[in-house]
Amino acid sequence: MNAPSLALGVILAAAVLGSPAFAAGPDDPGREERWQNIAAYIFEGRKIEPTDTLIKIEAPKRAMDAALVPIILTTAGNGDIKGVHLVIDDNPSPYAAHVTFGPAADPAVLKLRVRIDTYTNVHAIAETKDGRLYQTAAFVKASGGCSAPIGVSDEEAMQGMGEMKMKFAGDPLSGGSIEATLMVRHPNFSGMQMNQITRLYRPAHYIDKIVVSYGDTEVVTIAGDISISSDPVFNFSFVPDGPGPMKVVVSDTEGGRWEQTFEAIAASN
Amino acid sequence: MPARADSGTGRIVASRREAMIGGLCLCCLPTVGRAAASFAMEEVGPGIFIRRGPHEEATPENNDGIANIGFIVGRDGVLVTESGGSLADGQWLRAEIRKRTDKPIRHVVLTHGHPDHCFGAGAFAEDRPSFIGHHRLRPLLDARGDYYRSRLADILGDDRAGSVVYPTQEVAGGAEIDLGGRILRVTAHGAAHTVSDLSMLDTQTGVLFPADLLFVTRTPSLDGSLLGWLKEAHMLGAIGAARAVPGHGPAMVEFAPAMAELTRYLSVLRDETRKAIAGGTPIEEAVNTVADSQRGNWALFDDYNGRNVTQAYKELEWE
Repeated sequence: MNAPSLALGVILAAAVLGSPAFAAGPDDPGREERWQNIAAYIFEGRKIEPTDTLIKIEAPKRAMDAALVPIILTTAGNGDIKGVHLVIDDNPSPYAAHVTFGPAADPAVLKLRVRIDTYTNVHAIAETKDGRLYQTAAFVKASGGCSAPIGVSDEEAMQGMGEMKMKFAGDPLSGGSIEATLMVRHPNFSGMQMNQITRLYRPAHYIDKIVVSYGDTEVVTIAGDISISSDPVFNFSFVPDGPGPMKVVVSDTEGGRWEQTFEAIAASN
Repeated sequence: MPARADSGTGRIVASRREAMIGGLCLCCLPTVGRAAASFAMEEVGPGIFIRRGPHEEATPENNDGIANIGFIVGRDGVLVTESGGSLADGQWLRAEIRKRTDKPIRHVVLTHGHPDHCFGAGAFAEDRPSFIGHHRLRPLLDARGDYYRSRLADILGDDRAGSVVYPTQEVAGGAEIDLGGRILRVTAHGAAHTVSDLSMLDTQTGVLFPADLLFVTRTPSLDGSLLGWLKEAHMLGAIGAARAVPGHGPAMVEFAPAMAELTRYLSVLRDETRKAIAGGTPIEEAVNTVADSQRGNWALFDDYNGRNVTQAYKELEWE
């Protein structure tokens, strides 16, 4: 990755920008300034053009559960999209995810679930194969998504870590794309969840990379951060070529690594 | 409910109303927003005093006194059935107790880990009671206590919010508490409303205290296990209690119809969430459609139903 790693975003938020509590709405000048700072940092000063068409973001105006906010990214431009970035401006670590599309991917629709800590703009950035960046944003009202406790205890939250489930939708014989829903058991500790007795924050421990391939062809690579919800669910599309299978490799920040294969074709005969 | 079996649509509605109301009326529903001060301590049974909480969210005006809290007076002492939603709410409750009896406050029940039920506990520290809680309450408070406290302090201020109080008497399975010839039977439940739910039966009057395992007219909040809650609701029904003090709603209700109404909501939530998952309806759509038919029956529906669907979806998508 030539952009700064996702984890560095934490340092950025804490040290460079501070954490002003924006009570104002989406058009507050402070928000634009913050976005400009984050964008300059993540994309190293590259030009980012606004777009209403190349990438779109759908998010609830007000989150029902700040620890699980569904986000839908849709892109146009067919094969020109190399990847998408998701930035949650006012989260403690704004750079939430970077998804790179491989040759087997259909980048038209991508869904994920994120934590949102406060009222914020959520930016979606599309990166084309010739290196151009396009951004759009949605304003989301939410509170406490990053520090919200996960389960009854750390031990319980970690039960079944790395377990995966995959669902496919669509007809593999049609020649069109198939929609895949990948579910992974993982607490994705944000580092902001405090233990009452020790008064210490549970160290961040989260999935930082998921690589999905079909046969020998890459589908998507997802780099994630603490803003991804616990038990992450990703929804993406791919165009199957050959019998597969689909392989998923998940790794986390503590050296955990889980690998599983799924049959996309056999499931529907 | 047998009344439904042979009835047409109109009859179903009528029988559901009878069931839901349990001697109360639907006109209680629009009272959202009434000031907490208008809810007074009420003697709902011999030696049983309950303050009905309003169907509101925590505000500086209501001190998070939004749950049904109260106490039971026995021959030898007092048991606090729910401590209150904040230190200020707990202090109010303690003052209400002292208006009525000088007997020692020996027991404070922490029915589960939600702030509107357990943050009043600190007001009773000087009484040195046993704080009775589910054996899984401690780890839950470890994980969430400080988060709850800081959120509550944001609304009420540090001085009124209170602090996290841990159980000193942990219940796994069941326990009996003797107030002097008045035995209260406490049951620790599996994951349901939360993972730390206690219920209590007053053997002298037969009144059941299901706490937040029973919501009446306020939209239930799901924070444990949907399937577990349905199971525990069924088990509570087997006790055969005629009357109950729900965690939210009227201070006293007929148990069976009230629990039937809650079970109806939870069943619809379960069935429609499963249907959404099976049919490929994504979570962002499911939150707007699942259980929407239940909207008219519950206060604060828009504040809680979508969140409940989110929880249900998370639980059931792994089936």
